[in-house]
Amino acid sequence: MRSDICTSPQIDAMVASVLVPVLDPASPNAVTIRNIFLIVLLISLAIFVIVVTLIVTSLVRFRSTGEALPKQAFGSHTAEIFWTLPPLLIVLSLGVASTRLIYSISAAPLSQIAPTLPADIVVVGHQWWWEIQYPRSGATTANEIHVPIGKKLCVQVDSADVIHSFWLPQLGPKVDMVPGQHNFLWLEADRAGTYEGACSEFCGDQHAWMRFIVVAEPEAQYQAWLAVQAKPAQGPESTIALAGRSFVVAQTCLNCHEIRGTSAAASAGPDLTHVASRRQLGAGVMENTPETLERWLANPEAYKPGCKMPNFTMNHEQLQQVTAYLESLR
Amino acid sequence: MSIESLSGSGLVEREDENRSSLLEWFSSVDHKQIGILYICTALVFLLIGGLEAVVMRIQLITPNNTFIGPRLFDQLFTMHGTTMVFLVGMPILTGFANYLVPLMIGASDVAFPRLNAFGFWLVPLGGILLHYSFLTGSAPNAGWFSYAPLSERAYTSLQGVDYWLIALLVLGIGSVSSAINLIVTIIVCRAPGMSIQRVPLFVWMMLITSVLIILAIPALNSALVLLLIDRTLGAAFFEPSRGGNSLLWQHFFWIFGHPEVYILALPAFGMISEIIPVFSRRPIYGYEFVAASTLAIAILSVGVWGHHMFAVGMSPVYNTFFSIGSLLIAIPTGIKVLNWTATLWRGSIQLTTAMCFAIAFLIQFVIGGLTGVMFAVAPIDWQLTQTYFVVAHFHYVLFGGTIFALFAGGFYWFPKMTGRMLDERLGTITFWLLVVGFNLTFFVQHFLGMMGMPRRTYTYGDHPGWHALNAISTLGAFVMSLGVLVFLWNVVRSLREGAVAGDNPWDAFTLEWATSSPPGKDNFDHVPPIKSRRPVWDMNHPDLADWKTSRTPEDRRAPHSVAKLAAACFIVSEAMFFLLLMAAFITFNHATGATSRKALEVGRSALFTFFLLSSSVTLSRAERALRHSQRRQFLGWLGITLVLGLIFLLNQAYEYSGLLHHGITISSSLFGSTFFTLTGFHGLHVLGGLVVLTAMFVLGKTDRLSARQSDAFTAVGYYWHFVDLVWIVVFSIVYLGVLT
Repeated sequence: MRSDICTSPQIDAMVASVLVPVLDPASPNAVTIRNIFLIVLLISLAIFVIVVTLIVTSLVRFRSTGEALPKQAFGSHTAEIFWTLPPLLIVLSLGVASTRLIYSISAAPLSQIAPTLPADIVVVGHQWWWEIQYPRSGATTANEIHVPIGKKLCVQVDSADVIHSFWLPQLGPKVDMVPGQHNFLWLEADRAGTYEGACSEFCGDQHAWMRFIVVAEPEAQYQAWLAVQAKPAQGPESTIALAGRSFVVAQTCLNCHEIRGTSAAASAGPDLTHVASRRQLGAGVMENTPETLERWLANPEAYKPGCKMPNFTMNHEQLQQVTAYLESLR
Repeated sequence: MSIESLSGSGLVEREDENRSSLLEWFSSVDHKQIGILYICTALVFLLIGGLEAVVMRIQLITPNNTFIGPRLFDQLFTMHGTTMVFLVGMPILTGFANYLVPLMIGASDVAFPRLNAFGFWLVPLGGILLHYSFLTGSAPNAGWFSYAPLSERAYTSLQGVDYWLIALLVLGIGSVSSAINLIVTIIVCRAPGMSIQRVPLFVWMMLITSVLIILAIPALNSALVLLLIDRTLGAAFFEPSRGGNSLLWQHFFWIFGHPEVYILALPAFGMISEIIPVFSRRPIYGYEFVAASTLAIAILSVGVWGHHMFAVGMSPVYNTFFSIGSLLIAIPTGIKVLNWTATLWRGSIQLTTAMCFAIAFLIQFVIGGLTGVMFAVAPIDWQLTQTYFVVAHFHYVLFGGTIFALFAGGFYWFPKMTGRMLDERLGTITFWLLVVGFNLTFFVQHFLGMMGMPRRTYTYGDHPGWHALNAISTLGAFVMSLGVLVFLWNVVRSLREGAVAGDNPWDAFTLEWATSSPPGKDNFDHVPPIKSRRPVWDMNHPDLADWKTSRTPEDRRAPHSVAKLAAACFIVSEAMFFLLLMAAFITFNHATGATSRKALEVGRSALFTFFLLSSSVTLSRAERALRHSQRRQFLGWLGITLVLGLIFLLNQAYEYSGLLHHGITISSSLFGSTFFTLTGFHGLHVLGGLVVLTAMFVLGKTDRLSARQSDAFTAVGYYWHFVDLVWIVVFSIVYLGVLT
């Protein structure tokens, strides 16, 4: 029954199918973290090999052969010092490294560094989707972030309900989205690509499908995308889409979803002004095509059980009209 | 013929034995039976928690699976974690401690046998309460650490979380009572010659663990109580939308949660420290260093809770502090690992099943510990926390570590507890099934975490490699389950037809092996002389006796009163509880304290504070009268104490009604919430004290209290003075505005 959604190969082809994202960083911070991780991994492997070699050697060399009792040794202060000092030195070096990186990677609160400026991007976590705002240009979208390559952006993360966590394995550390406070992180992609993100703090039934993507593109393309996102929706032209818009306006859709250019101003659900321009639907549960959109509209609960969008029990004609309207929102 | 004249013959005794055996178990206050009850209860919950895990792994075997939906999955991972920590880990370790500690120190039972039984029966009660929630629409489903505000009513309206809160409170009371019992037993009930420097390392570890329990569980209790008040009485401690602070829950929970993982690990370290030496035919290498490093771990463990919160946005100063503290814990842990390894080196190693499990523990714990060091480096945590990498880490230390140590302990001490040996061939099969199954299940999860798979997700998309690794992990879970079943079969079979064990089948070293298997009712016919850390080794190998080559300090202990020591431990636990409630008060009132306080009548409260503090003076007078057997003065002073305490409570009731009339309730504002919670719990403690003091008054009146019981009365007095001391602090903070 579920084979028609998100297992379709197209979704994996669209996003970067990186095997181990944490080890394939695309941001300076993620590179730094990968490097320290590999260093600690190497040290750990060395310690592991030493200890296991000693253990296994003991099992082989000192296996009991009969009644003879071994020398009853009680300990040695020298030995204790000998094997405490090197680990202590390692731990202290790691402590120094950890401290330096904590300071260099953390983004100080905006109120400290630039009290009068808004963040470059504001991400608000909802159960179970991402509200994306670009304060300076007035663009609002959902579940998909675009950034220009090579620019260090200040991202403010908030939550509208419970604790979520903003995590892009290839683009640097995760930061929790805690209701009642603003957290900040630096976001910088050093090469073009589409990077997958996921909510990383259990936030309820659909935590598994609270995913998002970041598209890093050249400055010109980014600006073009931003300009489109900032504009209100253009009126649909085809009859079927117009019928769809009437339905949407008449039903309670606009109580949750904003479509700039209509009377709507809600944020309980994702902004739909340019929904057709996005690559995925439902925060990553399915790719965004007319077919999948229609299926979603027919029964959202089938794809994200527990999601807050009711089933409007549209008949076939209404489904086609609404789909056509939403498809016109590019 | 009368019953009395028949009692000498075997006939009547045998009938009594058979008839009362089930009743005997249910009403037992014998530490050995209670220990076994704990262990059996834990095994039942192990099966339940294990089943929950297997169902989850089946759901995760393939992407986009529909075996179960998110609702049930959320309940399963919540129940699995809660069950394994509170209904398996803690009870089974408490069970082994209960069974072994009195034997190892040459005592005939714990200090408070009836308290021991009480502590045990809270475990089935808590377990039933927790599982009853399945019948109320939803088991708890907010995760085993129940982060706010997800766990608040607004986001989780079904009652599962309420059952979770109440069950954990019940279980916590049991844990604290067992911990107090163990501390007093270890300090007071050691046989002559058993100085604290000579106790088996398992006993030392249980002493330290018990101290951690009385510090950590009250912190959990304060968090649970606050969330329960939020959910049922409409307060908003953890709801940011109404002025609360969701991170406060995390702080309080992890102040409990981090010491908790050491509470689960240290007893396992203790078992390993007994088993490895016996099957290396040598003493533990570096006893003092293993003991001292345990103390270091315990001290450090109460100061590193923030490493569970590296990603919440704390300032770099705090992150650095917690990072360095967490890195430092690696040192004493490493010292232990190296001492265990050094015990093996040049030993004479016997690879019994118990020893195999101990070796596997060693290797797997090193893996878990090393990934722990990775997490201590905060930036690495910022990538890998809340992914399958951390799931792998904690299963390596808790299952690969603690549970494997428990299997080792099971094979090692089963002969002592039952008089029969477990089958070694079945043991070997169990061992390999568990080692292969465990590592298959959890090693691959390290990679899944690095590949971006978050934890607590009921399904996942078809990312490259995720399907294969998840399938391997699920396969491992089935192999592990098989291992557990083989073990249980081994237990059942060996109980019936296992080889007879004898007193000391392993030629082991410590006192529990100096008596029969199983031990008689009072444990020892006579305790062998104790002149070193290995009294039974000394007895069986007199030429190589430890005390000839390695001197340990003589037993020069001062006598302790069990009642006073128990009261002191209880006071420490209550102090932690109040400390956190005060912290909550200060958190929410430090900016607005002055305005809120306008509703309070400081002058009147000061007067009644005077009444309460005077009651401490009158109680001391009563104590002195009792010690000098002056019954009338004792009753007089005690009576005045009761009256003063009652006056205080009556004023508190009057004050409360005044506040309620002014619209200040527990849910009207954070001042109301914190005020009523803090002063309310204090009032409950006063009430509890009055009840106990009234009981003592009645005992005194009916002439059943004498100078000999003055220690017990003084212990109650400690509690009363403590409650008054708490009031001084509460009064200063709430009424005088100190710290707000």
